[in-house]
Amino acid sequence: MTINTSRRGFLKGAAAAGAVLLVGARPDGALAAASSEATQFNPFVKIDADGTVTAIVKHFEKGQGPATGLPTLIAEEIGLRMDQIEYGFAPSDPNVYNNLFFGPFQGTGGSTAMANSWLQYRQAGAAAREMLINAAAQSWGVDASGIAIEEGIVKAGDKSAPIAEFVAAAAQLDAPAEPRLKDPSEFRLIGNDSVRRKDSAIKGNGQAIYGMDLHLPNQMVAMIKRPESRGGIANGFDDSASKEVKGFISAAVLPNKAGVAVFAENTWAAIQARDALEVDWDMSDAETRNSDEIKAEIMAALDAEPTYNVNKADVAAVSAAIDEADKVIEKTFYFPLLAHAPMEPLNCTIEQTADGTIVLHDGAQMPTGPHMAYQQIFELPPEKIQIKTMLAGGSFGRRATPDADYQVEAALAFAVTDRSRPVKLVWTREDDIRSGYYRPAFGHKVRVGLDADGNIVGWQHQIAGQSVIKGTPFEAVLVHDGVDHSSVEGVADSPYAIPGMAVGLTDTPKATTVLWWRSVGHTHTAYTMETMMDVVAKAAGRDPVEFRLAHLSDPDNPDQARKAAVLRLAAEKAGWGNVPEGRSLGVAVHKSFGSYAAEVVEISGDPDSGIKIEKVTCAIDCGIAVNPDIVRAQMEGGIGYGIGHVMRDQITLTSGAVDQFNFPDYEPLRIGDIAAIDVHIVPSAEAPTGVGEPGTPPSAPALANAIKAMSGMHVAVLPMDENGITFV
Amino acid sequence: MALTLKLNGETHTVDAEPGTPLLWVIRDELKLTGTKFGCGVASCGACTVHLNGEPVRSCQTYIEDVEDAEITTIEAVGQDKIGAAVQQAWVELDVVQCGYCQSGQVMSAVGLLSENPKPSVEEIDSYMHGNACRCATYQRIRAGIQRASEILEA
Repeated sequence: MTINTSRRGFLKGAAAAGAVLLVGARPDGALAAASSEATQFNPFVKIDADGTVTAIVKHFEKGQGPATGLPTLIAEEIGLRMDQIEYGFAPSDPNVYNNLFFGPFQGTGGSTAMANSWLQYRQAGAAAREMLINAAAQSWGVDASGIAIEEGIVKAGDKSAPIAEFVAAAAQLDAPAEPRLKDPSEFRLIGNDSVRRKDSAIKGNGQAIYGMDLHLPNQMVAMIKRPESRGGIANGFDDSASKEVKGFISAAVLPNKAGVAVFAENTWAAIQARDALEVDWDMSDAETRNSDEIKAEIMAALDAEPTYNVNKADVAAVSAAIDEADKVIEKTFYFPLLAHAPMEPLNCTIEQTADGTIVLHDGAQMPTGPHMAYQQIFELPPEKIQIKTMLAGGSFGRRATPDADYQVEAALAFAVTDRSRPVKLVWTREDDIRSGYYRPAFGHKVRVGLDADGNIVGWQHQIAGQSVIKGTPFEAVLVHDGVDHSSVEGVADSPYAIPGMAVGLTDTPKATTVLWWRSVGHTHTAYTMETMMDVVAKAAGRDPVEFRLAHLSDPDNPDQARKAAVLRLAAEKAGWGNVPEGRSLGVAVHKSFGSYAAEVVEISGDPDSGIKIEKVTCAIDCGIAVNPDIVRAQMEGGIGYGIGHVMRDQITLTSGAVDQFNFPDYEPLRIGDIAAIDVHIVPSAEAPTGVGEPGTPPSAPALANAIKAMSGMHVAVLPMDENGITFV
Repeated sequence: MALTLKLNGETHTVDAEPGTPLLWVIRDELKLTGTKFGCGVASCGACTVHLNGEPVRSCQTYIEDVEDAEITTIEAVGQDKIGAAVQQAWVELDVVQCGYCQSGQVMSAVGLLSENPKPSVEEIDSYMHGNACRCATYQRIRAGIQRASEILEA
């Protein structure tokens, strides 16, 4: 993946794209909009005649903050207050709104929204600023160098006017090739802790409209009856009982036979009619295994020769060094399937306009995925497909399926209708838990040798599980020499200086539909690395923080320095080494998505009568924190997501069918589960890196290490309640 | 069948069968979409509305049982001073992330403060236990309730 950071290349492209948009919109092709219309300065900045600036946000908003963060970059560079900028979501166009880290693909994921937009959106804002200033310079007859924009007012000496006065003239000017970006010393909004979210009010008063809230005129609600086990095929159905449901319209087998679509006038009718539907399933090719069998397959793979020698280690030498070591520590880990369970059940709405355009309304995480799929399904050119991105009620990865699963399902359901009515596909929570995509189950086996002085002499690390990436369009980019990087990230690329490290990987056969889940491979690799570091530190007679720092001590390695810095900060803020009576602390530190996070979990109680999570202290280095409060919020959320699942959640299969059905048996983190979270941001001048995911990886191992400090129990099989541990 | 509902101070006549959850009448018939569908089994609280001032899960409240009740949804709860204080606190503290559960969180928080103007942390955790937030904004929900309590006291 290449990152286009060439300003010249960007702005040429931006100006050309802007012109295309305007030509498309206005028959005369004029660049300047009439004073009553909004002017598109470039793909990312639109300014109304009244001076209202709109940031065109290319990333969807699922709570992680781009609807605030990206407008902040533009407002900063133009010179606006945050109340002088609005936001709108970009249309689907991978040539203009692509994620710069993903190639020609528009999408949100891998905690990249801010990181890939950082220069792009600042440049867009800076270009608009220079155009406005140049227009003012012409109007006032003064040199542009003496003009500035502050809080939406263009100023030069004793002259001043709102930007609205120069919008029409500015739009006539060429976009500057290389606008000057503000120096960080000039920042008023970036890094400003008082900048609030732009979507708070509408989300607290019920006005926010998510995909689930769409009511297009004359729409039908579709629900899909799916097989109990993956791979079942619908042969036919009996809808005589469904016909008794008021509001039921019709049912039809999907063209791919993966299920039966039930159409109804409203959601409740669809729920009832689907419940009443009898389907004739062909289950001959369906999954029939229990999760215990799948687990046994993974654990057996850990004991066999791994398929891939991930880091090209001299495995025989590493193994021999461990065999000859003074102390050998061996641990085996198991991580179960997990559901994402975003708060808003999956849904999307599809309609066909009078000119044959297919319009998808969706909290679209990766618009290019359904856009490409729809070209095939409807046999339409790309310009005849529109995707309107709506607010999304969470995702945690679930809305980013490489095969655009639920959007394709909606398209197949729509395709069996006469297309005269919009179709809104709705999943229930049961659909989400039982028919979803899951964080794959993984196993790790780690063998570490220590010499007589407690130094690591070898670290042999076997990983086995189902690849998330293989078989998807991302394989070409994210799989190298057969190794799915997302299966080994966080181990194979760990910044720790560990001598004699050998990492092996075995892909296990397909067990279910799997998908990246907030922090992807780091969900299991961080847990393994960081609980092992504690076990090894104890075996070496060393303090867990000091032992980690000793493996992060290369002064010429910035990766190690930044990781060590967050570790020191979290330890200091948590009172490491000064544990209150009745409390136990556990620490973990991990790099993911370019950021460094250290967390200390403080607990009380005991495993039998109940552990209370009293406090989580977090230190995060994510480069420049564009919006510090959103960074803190993402750490709080990432910690809760990580801890909530390891406490008590897993997806299990019986004869191929998911055992869990809804929140009562896939219990979410609740308000009383974590008493307090305290986040500290490391000041930085580096470009922004991820925040959506990096808070998650260290949280679970830090909790496990606290439990080990309290009780001596090293929890290596998740979830924790499988080990008899209870929480209060 | 035709049913009469008193909702947000207005009387509505809706066409719904007995056994229909109030949630779906509010969302699909009245098109008031601030009340959310999260689980359908009263396990997440996203669908919380007030029935005569008391929070209930509208996904497990049936339409024929609420004909005589005053129903309040998130769209109108801010007209009351407690609702306004909670919404103000939510904005001040940027409680929300994805926001999908927050209508329900606000409705429950208003219910709590209506019966207990100055709840302790333990009382907040106990009362709000049934309102799930997958983004884990709980720390701010707790702080938001405490802040709303301050606003109301001032």
